[in-house]
Parts: sequence; C-alpha cells; structure tokens
Amino acid sequence: MSRADSSAAAQPRNDNFQYLLRLGDDRLVLGHRLSEWCGHAPILEEDIALANIALDLVGEANLLLTLAANGEAGGRDADALAYTRDAIDYRNCLLVELPRGDFAVTVARQFLFSCHALAQSDALRQSANTDLSGIAGKMHKEARYHVRHSGDWMLRLGLGTDESHARLQAAVDDLWRYTGEMFLTDEVEQRLVAAKIAVDSSTLEDPWKTRVLDVLKQAGITTPEVVWMQRGGRMGRHTEHLGHLLAEMQVLQRQHPGATW
Amino acid sequence: MTTRPKTDGAGDASREPTADSQWPLWEVFLQPGSGAPHEHVGSVHAVDAEQALQNARDVYARRGEGNNIWVVPTRSITASTPDDMGPFFDPGNDKPYRHPQFYKAPRGVRL
Repeated sequence: MSRADSSAAAQPRNDNFQYLLRLGDDRLVLGHRLSEWCGHAPILEEDIALANIALDLVGEANLLLTLAANGEAGGRDADALAYTRDAIDYRNCLLVELPRGDFAVTVARQFLFSCHALAQSDALRQSANTDLSGIAGKMHKEARYHVRHSGDWMLRLGLGTDESHARLQAAVDDLWRYTGEMFLTDEVEQRLVAAKIAVDSSTLEDPWKTRVLDVLKQAGITTPEVVWMQRGGRMGRHTEHLGHLLAEMQVLQRQHPGATW
Repeated sequence: MTTRPKTDGAGDASREPTADSQWPLWEVFLQPGSGAPHEHVGSVHAVDAEQALQNARDVYARRGEGNNIWVVPTRSITASTPDDMGPFFDPGNDKPYRHPQFYKAPRGVRL
C-alpha cells in the first residue's frame, strides 16, 4: 500500500483492490499450477480435464484482476497485475502455490480449494458489487464441476489400490495445515462485509468442513490432526515456491515488457 | 491392508477384462441442441459411467457444443461387419421405388 492511498477517502477503493487481488490471485496461481500438468497427466482424457479446470481458473482470475485494475488509480490492467507484480505483492493463500506434487496432491489440493470456492462463490452471488456478483455466478457454475471432478477422484484414489490410498492420505496430511488460511478474515474483509460486498471467510469453514469430511470418510481417508495452520499469503508472506512459479509465468513480460503476439 | 469396497454404479465397466492396459472404451453421443438427435462424436476411456460422462464432457463438450451427453460402453454396441455390406445394403440399390420421388406432391405442399 502506498502512502498516498492510506487516506480515509482512498480506503474503500483500496479494500476493494486488496479483496479482488485475493480472489484473483488464488485462481491465477492455482490455474498456473494446474497448467503444469498439460501433456503429463495420467491419461489423455484427464490431461484435457485438468487443462479445462486450469483455463476456468485463469479465466476467472482475468475477470477478477480486470475488475481490480479498473478500480485502481494507477491505470494498470489485468496483465500488468499478473505479470509485473513480485511475490510479495501477491495475495493468494499458500495452499494454491505449493508444488503440484504427484497426481494425488493435485487432486486433493483441487478438492480442498474447490469446496472452498464453491461456498465462497455461492455467497458472493449476493454481493452489493454487481460486477463481482456477476463473476461469482460464473465462478459458482465452474466450481460445481471442479468439486464434482476432483471429489470423484478423491473416492477413486482413496478406494483404489493400496498405493493410491497411501498417496492420497499423504497428500491430505501434507496439505491440511494450509487449509486454515482460506477461512481467516481481517479488517479489510470485515469492512467490505459491512458494505455487503464481501463474504466473511470464517463463515465458509463449516459448510466446507461438512462437505470435505464427508468425502474423506467415504474415501477411507483419516482426517489429519493439526496443531498449527500455516498462514501469510494474504499479507504477501509466501513460501519459496511462489517465486519459482512467478519466474516461469512472468519471464516473457519481464524480458520483453509489453510484448504482444 | 484390508480390501476396500470398489465404487459401485450402473454401467460399472471396471471389472471387464480389457485386451490392453487401457481402461474400457465408451462411445460418446452429443445432442447439439434441444430436441436434436444425439450424434456420435467419438469415444473416451473410463472405468465407469460417471467418469465416462465427465471425460466426454471434457473432451467433446468443453466449448459449449451440446446440451446433453450419452455415453455407452463400446462393448454394448453390435456393429455390422464389412462382410455384411453385400447382403445388407446392395439389395436396396436397384429398388428406386422405395424412394418417394415418384410421388407427385400436391400443389401447395412445400418440399
């Protein structure tokens, strides 16, 4: 946040910007992680399915970052936000930036995130910001399919072979400590909740848990016990993995600023 | 480790022996618009009907091409063979009267 923007008049605009970055960055970073599977998925059909989900998420990010940029004084556009910000200015949660891992990690992460996205987009359809509520309608439709697809794979891996079961259990164990961050709220969000623009993230945890624990149980996966939930992404404190991801994602615009084709 | 129950479902083809290491094959039929006939668009590999439906959606309907999908296990389709071509189709070639072009359409009827 720059000094000039800290005045009271600029605060609502800044809150909106921060909030849209959180929504957009979650989807941009996860979309990029999923795109890494292109050409490497276990079977052709799943390769296309993962690319479809990646494109859904990047498309959502494009809309959200465009909306963020439109409300910003600086005159940046969605591309500038995606390709010229450093890791410290990214506002995604840590869960989405973790390496793609094996297929079980990708499935588990997608399921954990999409269940959150489903509840979140459902609530955001009522946002007083009509641009955001419109985007939320699209996100909700897409999240429904993402939950169906990833949830299906949770059962297949959990109930499949000993190896698939062990890999899924390990993935859930590793990822679980990153789930708490999705349900943290702060003053920025609370001011927007009061303005009926945002949804209070802490209210999304119960519906998320109901859905996730039900599928874990069906899949025969033990719910991990966690003493400490990782956090920091919303404040720009990221894992080392985001820097590598951005280096790859941004290399073209960094080396040839403004390049088009 | 104890054996876990397999996911069940109508059309579960996972127990079908396959000739290679691939999952069973399903034929995909897409209805391009409401009321239109379902048309064969291709095939996908999948272990059961739900996965076949999802794979068909991802491979053949990701650009909004249709509004309904059928998936059918390929093994359920009985097809005529090239040997059948003579007896099946040739007898039709010399019977032009089976086509309706000899009938005069009444005036006012649009063809």
